[in-house]
Amino acid sequence: MAHEFPRVVGTAFTPEWFETKRVNLSAAERRAEQITTRRSVKKDYQAAWLLKAITCIDLTTLAGDDTEGRVKRLCAKARNPVRPDLLEALGIDGIQTGAVCVYPTMVPHAVKALEGSGIPVASVATGFPAGLTPLPLRLAEITYAVEHGAKEIDIVITREHVLTGNWKALYDEIAQMREACGDAHLKAILATGDLQTLSNVYKASMVAMQAGSDFIKTSTGKESVNATLPVSLTMIRALRDFKDLTGQMVGFKPAGGLSQAKHALAWQILMKEELGNRWLENDLFRIGASSLLGDIERQLEHHVTGRYSASNRHALA
Amino acid sequence: MPSLKDIMETMDYGPAPESNSDVVAWLRGHAGGIGHFIDGAFIGAEGASTEVVNPATDEVIAKIALAGKAEVDAAVKAARKAFVKWSALSGHERAKYLYAIARQVQKRERFLAVLETMDNGKTIRETRDIDVPLVARHFYHHAGWAELVETEFEGFAPVGVCGQVIPWNFPLLMLAWKIAPALAAGNTVVLKPADLTPLTAQAFAEICVEVGLPNGVVNIVQGGANTGALLTGHPDVDKVAFTGSTEVGRSIRKQIAGSGKKLSLELGGKSPFIVFEDADLDAAVEGVVDAIWFNQGEVCCAGSRILVQEGIAQSFFAKLDARLAKLRIGDPLDKTMDIGALVSHKQLGRINALIAEGIAQGASLHRAETQVPSRGSFCAPGFFTGTEPAHTVSQVEIFGPIATTATFRTPSEAITLANDTRYGLAASIWSQTIDRAIEVAAKVKAGVVWINATNLFDAGAAFGGYRESGFGREGAREGLFEYLKPGLKAGKERLAAPTDMSVAPFTGKSDTPDIDVTSKLYIGGKQTRADAGQSYTVVGKNGATGQAALGSRKDIRNAVEAAAKATGWSNVTGHNRAQVLYFFAENLAQRRDEFIEVLKAAGSKEAKAEVETAIRRAFWYAAQADKFDGAVHSTKSRHITMAIHEPWGVLGIVCPDEAPLLALVSLMLPAIAMGNRAVVIASQSQPLVATKLYQVLETSDVPAGVVNIITGESLGLAKTLAEHDEVAALWYCGTAEGTKMVELASCGNLKAVWSDQGRLRDWFDPKVGQGAEYLRHATQVKTIWLPYGE
Repeated sequence: MAHEFPRVVGTAFTPEWFETKRVNLSAAERRAEQITTRRSVKKDYQAAWLLKAITCIDLTTLAGDDTEGRVKRLCAKARNPVRPDLLEALGIDGIQTGAVCVYPTMVPHAVKALEGSGIPVASVATGFPAGLTPLPLRLAEITYAVEHGAKEIDIVITREHVLTGNWKALYDEIAQMREACGDAHLKAILATGDLQTLSNVYKASMVAMQAGSDFIKTSTGKESVNATLPVSLTMIRALRDFKDLTGQMVGFKPAGGLSQAKHALAWQILMKEELGNRWLENDLFRIGASSLLGDIERQLEHHVTGRYSASNRHALA
Repeated sequence: MPSLKDIMETMDYGPAPESNSDVVAWLRGHAGGIGHFIDGAFIGAEGASTEVVNPATDEVIAKIALAGKAEVDAAVKAARKAFVKWSALSGHERAKYLYAIARQVQKRERFLAVLETMDNGKTIRETRDIDVPLVARHFYHHAGWAELVETEFEGFAPVGVCGQVIPWNFPLLMLAWKIAPALAAGNTVVLKPADLTPLTAQAFAEICVEVGLPNGVVNIVQGGANTGALLTGHPDVDKVAFTGSTEVGRSIRKQIAGSGKKLSLELGGKSPFIVFEDADLDAAVEGVVDAIWFNQGEVCCAGSRILVQEGIAQSFFAKLDARLAKLRIGDPLDKTMDIGALVSHKQLGRINALIAEGIAQGASLHRAETQVPSRGSFCAPGFFTGTEPAHTVSQVEIFGPIATTATFRTPSEAITLANDTRYGLAASIWSQTIDRAIEVAAKVKAGVVWINATNLFDAGAAFGGYRESGFGREGAREGLFEYLKPGLKAGKERLAAPTDMSVAPFTGKSDTPDIDVTSKLYIGGKQTRADAGQSYTVVGKNGATGQAALGSRKDIRNAVEAAAKATGWSNVTGHNRAQVLYFFAENLAQRRDEFIEVLKAAGSKEAKAEVETAIRRAFWYAAQADKFDGAVHSTKSRHITMAIHEPWGVLGIVCPDEAPLLALVSLMLPAIAMGNRAVVIASQSQPLVATKLYQVLETSDVPAGVVNIITGESLGLAKTLAEHDEVAALWYCGTAEGTKMVELASCGNLKAVWSDQGRLRDWFDPKVGQGAEYLRHATQVKTIWLPYGE
């Protein structure tokens, strides 16, 4: 399934790749609207696509009241995202989610709970969600999470750098974060709801990739507008351009607001259409979500039984 | 069937068929054949003889009858009979029916979408998301016009019985575009669907029954070209509306020349799709998908000529290649298909021949490497590179999913290339620089312009072409005028005024001034002698009043050339034009006595009133010059949709014999007030007042070439003017016979002809001799779509 490919190394800061870029909003919206009307996945295909989507979920809890117990429950769900009888009926041996995503101080609990599963722990860092703590502290936070076993770090960018067009500062900051990550993969959260324009989204995406992000991610889930299809379209077009320019393959992670199975399908179709099948694998595609899995489980049960399902029939995340 | 595990590897889409069982059952119910819908009854099914094929499967799915003279006569008769009551209904009553139709279309939306897909071959995505919703929208919008027509179009009346012929590419949508405005305005219709795609019209007829539409208001006759010709040529049809090929449009224009039928034509196109270096290229690529790879390219307004700025051309073509590879072609009922089947194998053959010709002329074909289904008339989409404007495929409408491409260096070259076509239906402009995009939108010769978008439609936005793409508009307020006529009593028949055109010396009674007056032609701001060096004698009530130049073909040629060059006039502000018109009024007023004398000598009984009215009229059109100025329509959210009134360019005017000053002024002023440059053929029998008028034009700062006046034998000059391809529109006020002649002669470039059908106008009555109707005919509407947001 997933094939190895060289890790993203980024490039030197190259403003000419994005400076003059202008994204047309209405056109992006039209394309986004057509993503789900030009394609459709039904029956077995839909079930298979949803199972695939589960493998791409970064099962997430990012709440102020997170505890060890809460994280353990989440990790158990990551290991067994679908009821075994359903998996058996679907002819699938066993699947697990792409990762578990938590706050830095929850990393040790998650690492322990996922031991032996192969499921990586992702940690948000760098003063999530606003990212306005001093840079040394943000870098230290990355180091902390990595030292406690996080394999993936979801950083937030300084929105001010985007809003004021200070692209070099943005580049330098992310490059330092990447360095702090070491072997852990860096996912750059652009907080697109704060960036407002699609042109800003494109430019921030390009800078984040030049600075060596392994993934670019839409949202913290805390902005007023989360992952939308037009924003995602803009980011993955930037990602496609980056691949064309450098040969480097960057992953994409929509997060926030993807709560239904049909959302997962829409984003999968978007990835397949704009980038190709390779970007449907979880080394290049993740969905940051907390309640999405529950809806997918209900759809899978419906596929197996023909009856609409209820959430209490599936284990809590 | 692959296992789920397999699918998780391949991540294929799998089949997603839309169920067609309801439609199949309906077709089974019509297995005996589909006939006509006349006077509320379904008749003639037993005579069904032509097979209707699902082009995606090559299966025969129905049989239709072909209406002959008897059926067409019966349908027109039913429409005529129904017209009496239907046109007398209040707008509100008609609105209720149109609203019911809109609702019913929505209630039957999936049925209609599936039926359309099976009949036409287009994808279910398009019928479901585009065709059928637009049909419902059109009836809603026109339910509104029915409600408002009495107050919003005061003084207008319905035209009568409309004969409407529609094409096979958007069968139900074109039906809606034709029927909704006709009914809203109080007309009744006989519509002929294309014989390749007759089925949704039958379903629509059933909906008419379902909503209880009065018998005869809508009649449908099935058949092919012969039926169409019987309908358009029917003597009791008052209005003909046609959408289809330019070739057939031309033949209809010929067929009904001189009949007095109102005509609107929506014809072919070769619309430019212009991509600038500052465009959002990925957005423009999707634009191409929605332009030429929409509806299998069987779209009259398809962006079929892609013009790309040279510096980004290679990267744009590479993006198109990549996008092509993602297109899915196949069973149009499958919800995952982008491209369905062409309407017929004949169409496929035509397109394949053109593709072969493009390749033979040296172009390279880029094509989706896809397996098209083995049965059905499928055509893999693609585009050419290396096509030059001189290549056949760059000029003719392919009407399939293949675009041509060309590169340009500068915006002005883009405009030149864009306008290098006989057509003028639509244009699509891609640039993130608003100044540039709007400049190109203003300069491109097209009835519909989309900025950073393509193929956007809405009932509230006018659609229709410039040049040989036809005339008349569909949708919005502009479209309603095609189904209304001014509620004025027709004048008496205008008889030919016998004029002795002899060029030999005149020895009869003379009424000339003591110093000889030289009357020349007025061309390009200069007084010039007739090219042939001939003059004819003008005879007034007391004998010869002088000689007028006898203009010829070559003088018309020179006048048109001068008018064509005077483009500056079309670009100055309305305020500038108003000033010139006021100045014209002022100068005419200063010389009013002189003009009264000339008119008296010519035999006018109301010479003073004629001059005074002419002065007043100049004030009226000066007032209008900066006020008759278009609209912004309410269509989609965050889309500014502008309806701009543009001048035709070179407008030919043939003046009547009567009221030689006032008629000329009444025609010339609205034409130039709106920015046209006029070539005026003066009153044949009394041209001397016109030749005196050019002195007033000269002193009024009317720029050279804006008004050109030719005197001579009116009918012959009118023919040359009507035939001239540089003349964009023609106003004709002559005899009925002359009207027929100019309508026939106008076929070459399908110029719009406005005439009074050989009926006298009371030029003195401001309700008849001036008004918004003149201004409307002096302009064509360009609809510009400008989506916004960042």
